[in-house]
Amino acid sequence: MKFWISAAVALILAVAAALTVKNEYFFFAGYVVLQFVVLATAWNILGGYAGYVNFGTGAFFGIGAYTAVLLVKSLGLPLGVQIAAAALVGAALGLGVGLLTLRLRGIFFSIATVAVAIILQTAIFNWRYLGGATGVQILRPEVTPPFDNYIKMLFVVGTLLAIVAVAVARYVETSWVGRGLRAIRDSEEAAECTGVPTLRLKLLACVVSGALMSAAGAPLPMYQSFVEPDSAFSLNYSVSALAMPIIGGTAHWLGPVVGAVLLGTIQQLVTVTISSELNVLVVGVLLVLFVVAAPEGIVGLTSRLWARFFK
Amino acid sequence: MEFSFDLLKEALIFGALLGCFYAAVSVGLSVSFGLLDVPHIAHPAFMVLGAYGAWLLGTHGFDPIVAGVVLMPLFFAFGVAMYRFYYETFEKRGAEVGVRGLAFFFGIAFIVEVGLILAFGVDQRMVEAPYIGRSWEIGDMRIPMRMLVAFATALVLTGLLAAYLSRTFTGRAIKAVAQDEAALRLMGVNPVRIKQWAFGIATAVTTAAGAMLIVVGPVDPSMDRIYIGRTFCVVVLGGLGSMSGTLIAGLILGISESLVLTFFGASWAPAVAFGLLLLVLGVRPQGLFGK
Repeated sequence: MKFWISAAVALILAVAAALTVKNEYFFFAGYVVLQFVVLATAWNILGGYAGYVNFGTGAFFGIGAYTAVLLVKSLGLPLGVQIAAAALVGAALGLGVGLLTLRLRGIFFSIATVAVAIILQTAIFNWRYLGGATGVQILRPEVTPPFDNYIKMLFVVGTLLAIVAVAVARYVETSWVGRGLRAIRDSEEAAECTGVPTLRLKLLACVVSGALMSAAGAPLPMYQSFVEPDSAFSLNYSVSALAMPIIGGTAHWLGPVVGAVLLGTIQQLVTVTISSELNVLVVGVLLVLFVVAAPEGIVGLTSRLWARFFK
Repeated sequence: MEFSFDLLKEALIFGALLGCFYAAVSVGLSVSFGLLDVPHIAHPAFMVLGAYGAWLLGTHGFDPIVAGVVLMPLFFAFGVAMYRFYYETFEKRGAEVGVRGLAFFFGIAFIVEVGLILAFGVDQRMVEAPYIGRSWEIGDMRIPMRMLVAFATALVLTGLLAAYLSRTFTGRAIKAVAQDEAALRLMGVNPVRIKQWAFGIATAVTTAAGAMLIVVGPVDPSMDRIYIGRTFCVVVLGGLGSMSGTLIAGLILGISESLVLTFFGASWAPAVAFGLLLLVLGVRPQGLFGK
């Protein structure tokens, strides 16, 4: 109950901000942070709970963006339909990746996801209709009232997506699905022996995580009003989606959110004040630092300190 | 492009040269990942670092291949230190290396890449040497000299490493630690020191690989991304840690990439390595020559 109240409050705050705050940059940056909340949360369903490290977040994200481009260019469908379609395509891709890589564990699974990302990028690269290597320009439609600006509307859409993603992750974590996935992470053989349907659970995690990642990519064409394969499939999305949950903490659904908000905000500040190369460096350094020194992440660290000093 | 036998012949020869080059850039990974089981995603990043080292020394008049050899001791020490660190933070604390080990090397790769961008910019770098830009003509075929130099270096490097692993005492110990660490411990050998030594060698080899990389073509800091696929493809295809397997896998990749390049165009080439890798992982994860 507390969760749903906070979710409603967050949504009301986002709408209120969109209707009152004048500074457009706030929404421009805020949307990116929200997009990373969705990506990090989606990554954590497979990476954090089940221990399967996906290096191919960029593939799902890019496919989501290009699904949206395809629907806009061919049929002119609205954003809501684009997001839903992108989620479906992402789910299908997740299922495909899952089926293809079921026998693989650890680094082999991770490398296979990199492979999927590069192959899809190459395919889009050679698809003339979608702009190919040079990219494609997208015209934003008229903004619907009560919003006076398209970016502000995207900000609210991003908030909605983030809430859905976190709710799904929270459900997965607290239900039998999450218990099963954690059993897989700790020992796949033992889980299988005790009757956990490891195969179906892994597929389910792949599908859910893939759908959320692609949904996060769908608004990208509208946000940038331009898409090209190199940036849509960028490895930077993959590394951020992996770094944020690890920095925030992978055991709890709050971890990816904390990591994404913290790291996403730092990235935005660094990009504006110094350079966009440096923000990748920040991600890399923080990732290594946390993996080495604080493997349980910020959420794990704070709850341990809390337990030590206040209980 | 239209099919012709001349074109096919040229593609095959070029592919074979390219294949040996791919094998040579992968032998380091074949040791660190294939034998030692370290998820070394940062291997291609170190290769690019080695290429920049060769370039830097090249501006002082060094031949790139010589520069690669000169840099080896430095990278060896670096590799030893890195394994030590990896061992102390991850392996020593038990089996839970998985996600964290992968994330660690992924992060290292990014730090190397962005470090190079910050230090030298995103521009492509190339070296000058007497053999670069010339080509060797047999009949009506022209084989670029730079490919031949890389090919020769690749053969020497792979041969030396294969001989080292099978003939010397330490080399055999490295193979032994891959097979059965506990048995090696019982024989009174410290497996960690052997692994440390092996990881040092694997890292030292990346400088030679980097030197070849910059001889074959211009290098930029983000180049490691495409080589993650190529090197892992070769190592997995070759059956993790087998030197002859690595060479054959390199040839397979080189020739298929060259055929796609010739008959379908350059824009499809990046997908070849990864497609092949997916196929191997899906059908035969232990590689062509694995047990």
